[in-house]
Amino acid sequence: MSQLVFLVPLFPLLGFLINGLLRKQLSKPATGFIGSGVILASFVVSVILFLDVKAGKTGVVELFDFISFGKVQIPFAFQVDQLSSLFLLIITGVGFLIHLYSTAYMQEEEEQHFARYFSYLNLFVFSMLLLVLGANYVIMFIGWEGVGLCSYLLIGFWFKNNDYNNAANKAFVMNRIGDLGFLLAVFYLIAKVGSVTYSEVFTHAPELSTSTITIITLLLFVGATGKSAQIPLYTWLPDAMAGPTPVSALIHAATMVTAGIYMIARSNILYTMAPVSQSVVAIIGLATAVLAATIALKQNDIKKVLAYSTVSQLGYMFLGLGVGAYTGAVFHVMTHAFFKALLFLGAGSVIHAMHHEQDIRYMGGLKKYLPVTHITFLMGCIAIAGIPPFSGFFSKDEILAAAYESNKIYWVIGVLTAGMTAFYMFRLYATTFLGKFRGTHEQEHHLHESPAAMTIPLVVLAVLAVIGGFIGVPEVLKGVFFGLDHKLELFLNPIFKASYDSPQWRQAHHEVNHSTELMLMGVSVTLAVIAIVYAVNRFSKKPDLQEADGFGKVLANKWYADEFYDAIVVKPLGAFGKFLDNVIEKSGIDWIVNGVGRSVQYGSRQLRLLQSGQVGSYVLLMIAGMIILFVLQFFLKK
Amino acid sequence: MPVNYYIFVSIALFCIGVIGVLTRRNAIIVFMCIELMLNAVNLLLVAFSKMHHLIDVTRDGTAGIDGQLFVFFIMVVAAAEVSVGLAIIVMMYRNTHSVDINFLNRLKH
Repeated sequence: MSQLVFLVPLFPLLGFLINGLLRKQLSKPATGFIGSGVILASFVVSVILFLDVKAGKTGVVELFDFISFGKVQIPFAFQVDQLSSLFLLIITGVGFLIHLYSTAYMQEEEEQHFARYFSYLNLFVFSMLLLVLGANYVIMFIGWEGVGLCSYLLIGFWFKNNDYNNAANKAFVMNRIGDLGFLLAVFYLIAKVGSVTYSEVFTHAPELSTSTITIITLLLFVGATGKSAQIPLYTWLPDAMAGPTPVSALIHAATMVTAGIYMIARSNILYTMAPVSQSVVAIIGLATAVLAATIALKQNDIKKVLAYSTVSQLGYMFLGLGVGAYTGAVFHVMTHAFFKALLFLGAGSVIHAMHHEQDIRYMGGLKKYLPVTHITFLMGCIAIAGIPPFSGFFSKDEILAAAYESNKIYWVIGVLTAGMTAFYMFRLYATTFLGKFRGTHEQEHHLHESPAAMTIPLVVLAVLAVIGGFIGVPEVLKGVFFGLDHKLELFLNPIFKASYDSPQWRQAHHEVNHSTELMLMGVSVTLAVIAIVYAVNRFSKKPDLQEADGFGKVLANKWYADEFYDAIVVKPLGAFGKFLDNVIEKSGIDWIVNGVGRSVQYGSRQLRLLQSGQVGSYVLLMIAGMIILFVLQFFLKK
Repeated sequence: MPVNYYIFVSIALFCIGVIGVLTRRNAIIVFMCIELMLNAVNLLLVAFSKMHHLIDVTRDGTAGIDGQLFVFFIMVVAAAEVSVGLAIIVMMYRNTHSVDINFLNRLKH
């Protein structure tokens, strides 16, 4: 059955080709049907694969020989196992819902741009599927690059606006910087291990020295910081909100940004063997989580709040990976995909109703105009705040418990960030949906609930966000939740088993005892509830309308990170580029190249003078030549 | 008479001819120098032919007088060439009213 795995990426590829090549001929319903249909087909095959894997049938399906030189073999192979099949479900499932949503959201576009949108989206899903299905780091890298490309194409979808193009460039360049780290890691792996196939690398890993593994894992993590928007390469994600909202939902919430986490979860044995790298991952993840949460407190664009929230939640996932909660991190990827996609699609619904107004200061009281959007958005907010029994609670608390057991400080900062998360999400909710409407009368007249193609995905995702946590019930709460086990942990065990069994693991990790875990949960839930109550109370009555001042201004200006990067990196590089252009290019290289031309012209002018037309000089030269030939003949023959 | 003397004279004539072709401006003088060169070669041919014949006779060989016969051919060719050349010089004079070879630099274009 896993032979069918090639179908999963094939369908979106076909969708990309059909919609892309025939974009001027297809009608909008046809395009939407093809674009969403192929993802649904992939989802169906993914379900079949998942059921197979659940029954224990995992394996590697080799398609063809891709690269081979010397002893290094890099086949084009897919690995069907628990981790990849889980991600397949998330990608195709949430992807399908977002495609469905897009058919209604992007209705205003012309046929060819509508088709272009769907072809890019399909190409993106294709690349993401390659990424998670690959059986070696090189196939993963192909998908890795592909999603970066599609991110660029989709952020800059409305290419007539130069600001959007700059945002797309920023995303691509920052991704590329991370990709350099990834590539260096791949090269180093080939040099040290002679292979990039997961199974071979992981079995040979214990033979390598710790410093080698540390270097490899750190380089891989650099790639992850670029792709998954961690410090220092996160500033592209808020700017990426220039793209259409479904794009933000799919790429910058549910899938592309989770590529880094997938990669680290896949390489978990390498990270377990390099505690230094794990600490780096955890610290950067935590720092990013806090930084992004503080910035989100003061943002006024509905999508920017969600963007910073994504960066923050990704930080949580990296924190989870860094303290060894691999299952927790993957669990959070799943639940985050549900509620963040839900929140983004809900935001899209609001933006659609408000005719492309995105500033929450001009919204308010939308609860009575957009009932479905309101309820589903509220579900998403509760989930992200980590209130039981919604999904966010289970995944976030699993990470926090592991953080506590690793280093108490991580837990303290993590809980404070969770509190901030609850606060800013409910600030967003209250300012947008509660209180009085602060927009114009024109806008108020046009407010209406979105069409079914948009509300159905919202409802489905809301249901998933509510019940999605029940596959990961921790042991301590087993009794409360009808005796459910941590199904996800059991399912993913084969992937992380090598890590759990390794000597470094047993040294570094201990079980958290049940009473401590209950206490930790209690603290985080209480903090979240307090934050929610305070935020709703404050912002439904008096929304945050004035310009921020003092410390708030720093937060609203994103801690001036972009300006900082501009001064430290962009301007010096620009100056260097100008120097290279003016001095070396114009005076140096151009001078040489033009000089060659000039010298040829000079030479030819001088040589022309030889042709005087005087027969006498011609004869003279002829005789001189003959004499030379005779002499040479004489002396060389000797 | 040792053959060296003939060789020296021949070389001298040839060189005088070459220098004449290169340096003189009058086309007819150039022609005369070309004749000089041809005759120098004739002299050389005859001298060597006689030399070989004399050497051979004492040895009872069959060296013929081919060189001397070849001289006749060269003289015929020289005559033909002179007739054509003088015809060209006459045409040249008719067009430019001078026999100065430096006037003919049309090859420059």
